[in-house]
Amino acid sequence: MLGQEYMRNALLAGGFIALACGVCGWFVVLRGQLFAGDALSHVAFPGALAAAAAGIDERIGLFAATITAAVGIALLGRGALAGRGSRAAGAALADDADIGVLFAFVLAVGLYFLTRFSLGSGGSAGVQASRTLFGSIFGLGAGEAQFAAIVAALVLVAMAAIARPLLFASVAPALAGARGVPTRLLSIGFMAILGVVAAEATQAVGALLLLGLLAGPAGAAQQLRVPSAAGALLASALALAAMWGGLVLAYLVPSLPPSTSVIGLCMLAYLGAVAVRRGAGGAHR
Amino acid sequence: MLTEAPAPSWNPLRDLSQILEYHFMINALAASSAVAVVAALVGWMMVMRRETFAGHTLAMMAFPGAAAAALAGVPAALGYLVFCGAGAVAIARLPGAAGSWREEAAGVGVVQAMALALGFLFVSLYGGVLGDLETLLFGDVLGVSDGQVVVLVCVALGVLVLLAAIARPLLLSSVDAPLAAARGVPVRRLALVFLAMLALAVASASQVTGPLLVLALLVMPAASARVLTVRPVASLALSVALGLVAVWLGMGIAYFSVYPPSMFIAFTAFACYLAARLAGLARERRRRRAPQASEPVPPATGLAGAGG
Repeated sequence: MLGQEYMRNALLAGGFIALACGVCGWFVVLRGQLFAGDALSHVAFPGALAAAAAGIDERIGLFAATITAAVGIALLGRGALAGRGSRAAGAALADDADIGVLFAFVLAVGLYFLTRFSLGSGGSAGVQASRTLFGSIFGLGAGEAQFAAIVAALVLVAMAAIARPLLFASVAPALAGARGVPTRLLSIGFMAILGVVAAEATQAVGALLLLGLLAGPAGAAQQLRVPSAAGALLASALALAAMWGGLVLAYLVPSLPPSTSVIGLCMLAYLGAVAVRRGAGGAHR
Repeated sequence: MLTEAPAPSWNPLRDLSQILEYHFMINALAASSAVAVVAALVGWMMVMRRETFAGHTLAMMAFPGAAAAALAGVPAALGYLVFCGAGAVAIARLPGAAGSWREEAAGVGVVQAMALALGFLFVSLYGGVLGDLETLLFGDVLGVSDGQVVVLVCVALGVLVLLAAIARPLLLSSVDAPLAAARGVPVRRLALVFLAMLALAVASASQVTGPLLVLALLVMPAASARVLTVRPVASLALSVALGLVAVWLGMGIAYFSVYPPSMFIAFTAFACYLAARLAGLARERRRRRAPQASEPVPPATGLAGAGG
């Protein structure tokens, strides 16, 4: 299996992407920003298709779109809070519907580029759409895989650097602010990192499935009530296991797409954690 | 899709009569109107209950539903209904559905990703032309048949009757769950019933806009109406009106274009949303400039601004 070059590329890129997704996903779930993460992954779709329609490298479109949207969402949340002043509950209410509006719009833009691309170039648009939406990790070249691995490693370094203040700011924002932690800057920075992760993971599991890699391992760690740093580590370990396990499964069963097996294992990890939790809860009672 | 689109004559009446000459356009308009009304009403409740993420996830269930139906050779509507219904039950049974919504969110996210992964698996097993993927994800309202229109209208009427029956307790339990529970309202059962209604609305809307753009009809009208007025009945009515405007204008524009109708429906709804946000901002600024007028009743001009 390791003799195949595409498999080595997939394992290398997928491994680093899974680690980055696990760590970031854990913070996303902790901060209750999963819906925003979902929106970011959808933004990757028009980004890649716009790049394809313009005939440039799809990664330029991916990174530009997701990072812009990430910073936009961070600023939008801040603006909503500032505009509504003391009506804190109302401001919180504003978020999920507004994000929903944003990404229905974003998907419509993606549909525009998809149609425009298919008008221009015959048959390849469907393939491009499928690649962007559902990933094509077995199609990564050596250069692309190394690039993905390097970027994911940089994400891991950045997360390690901001992990402590970010954790503080996520758990007790008011206290962290009073202690001089730049909470707003952190939240914008974290969203930008999440944008990078979204663009990365789109190449592996696709814009639509990235959510499973963010939510599954992190949700499992949270269900098991693993405390802070260990939880983030457990989430990334689970993500890595799901990624490599899924890749091997897809290699052994040719009709199984790798994205499906990876997300399936993430789902199993989550369900297993829920079962363990329920079992433990029953034993305590 | 690659065929030449008819050019508009810029005479609205003649254009309209030209559009209505085609049976498929009448079917498409009837189907999308029924869907728009249901989606706007249920979506309004969804926004109120802050369940947009759940709504989006149910919409994503429609994709494996349609793909599985294609694989099994049964009508797509059946696949939509079965998978959306299963999704509603799965979300309702998630841990922490009543308590902290963060836990629920992780579960909802896992359900959504798994649904999409299954859909992709079905599509690859089906091995059909990849062009079908676009139809599965973005809908094909111009291909709606007579039978589908009848089903959609019946589903719409059913949802409306059910919604009217449970509207008051549902509204109370959405706004203040502890109070509702103290008054003897079955909050948890209502939550499940609402998710089932949401699943029905989503399964219908998927046939018009496709799973990926269901939110355009579900959340955009409600989010716009919410900015313009705080009164529940006015806001509900406004939401329905905006939904209808979005589908009619969207389909009308799409008739003269080679681009798909679901895209124009989403863009029209988004334009309404932007207009509503601008109107809301203007009103806020006016109120801030006149600090004497301290009563929070919004002026009636906010409604007039909705047409822009």
